Amino acid sequence: MQGIDAFLAMGGYAQFVWPAYGLALIVLGGLTVESLSAYRRRQRELDLLQGGRQEARR
Amino acid sequence: MHRFANPARFMRLSAALLPWCAVASALLIGIGLYLALFVAPPDYQQGEAVRIMFIHVPAAWMASFVYAVMALASAIALIWRHPLADIAAQSAAPLGAGFTLLCLVTGSLWGEPMWGTWWVWDARLTSVLVLFFLYLGYIALVNAFDEPVRGARAGAILALVGVVNLPIIKFSVDWWNTLHQPASVFRMGGPTIDASMLWPLLIMALGFTLLFVTLLMIRMRTALIAAKIRALRVAEIEF
Repeated sequence: MQGIDAFLAMGGYAQFVWPAYGLALIVLGGLTVESLSAYRRRQRELDLLQGGRQEARR
Repeated sequence: MHRFANPARFMRLSAALLPWCAVASALLIGIGLYLALFVAPPDYQQGEAVRIMFIHVPAAWMASFVYAVMALASAIALIWRHPLADIAAQSAAPLGAGFTLLCLVTGSLWGEPMWGTWWVWDARLTSVLVLFFLYLGYIALVNAFDEPVRGARAGAILALVGVVNLPIIKFSVDWWNTLHQPASVFRMGGPTIDASMLWPLLIMALGFTLLFVTLLMIRMRTALIAAKIRALRVAEIEF
């Protein structure tokens, strides 16, 4: 347990090191999630639109 | 050039490349995080606080690199009037803004324990802040016009004018007195940073680069699909 505590303490710099890594996760993870969800939304919209046109043709 | 700028070809090419880039990026960032947090030694002066470098420096490189990509795409869009180049520039902008924000905040978190201040108005910090506002200004300008073509044109011109900021960022630490340290990796005479810290840094930077490429392709595909949806809607109204 001491090893983990020492690791988390970051030699007394925990309040600077962990927010830096946390922000990296938020910014890069956020951009990834936003990019993917917009992509899936558009893809679904296109599928619906093309499906609807095929229905209309029949 | 035009061979690759064909939207249909881009959709095929990016579909093939996407999974490889995504997996490689995840692997490199994973390995980079492990090396940065567990393997790299604490700095003899900075102690464990030096681990902020493995986020801050790659983010700073990406901030400038993404802007260069955006400006190059804008130049191609202005000269050859190719819509795919506009889409590339517009897809890159939010990613560049994200990396720049990450660079600024992690720099602040590193500056407080090492310099004793969260922020100084010196040349390096101020020029990177200007870069952040260039990204935001570009995004706002592109969306400020009712006609997308005019917004893209105005944005491309702003992106090109803003290129003057890139050499200012790079050489600010040499030209002016600044708290920020000078380059220790990309410098004449080779890196001055020890290999135990250089490797995690380079692996992390490559991981960030591939993440950018992955997200850029996803966003460009999204924009192309949106354009197709618009075209289909217009066609439906006409028939």
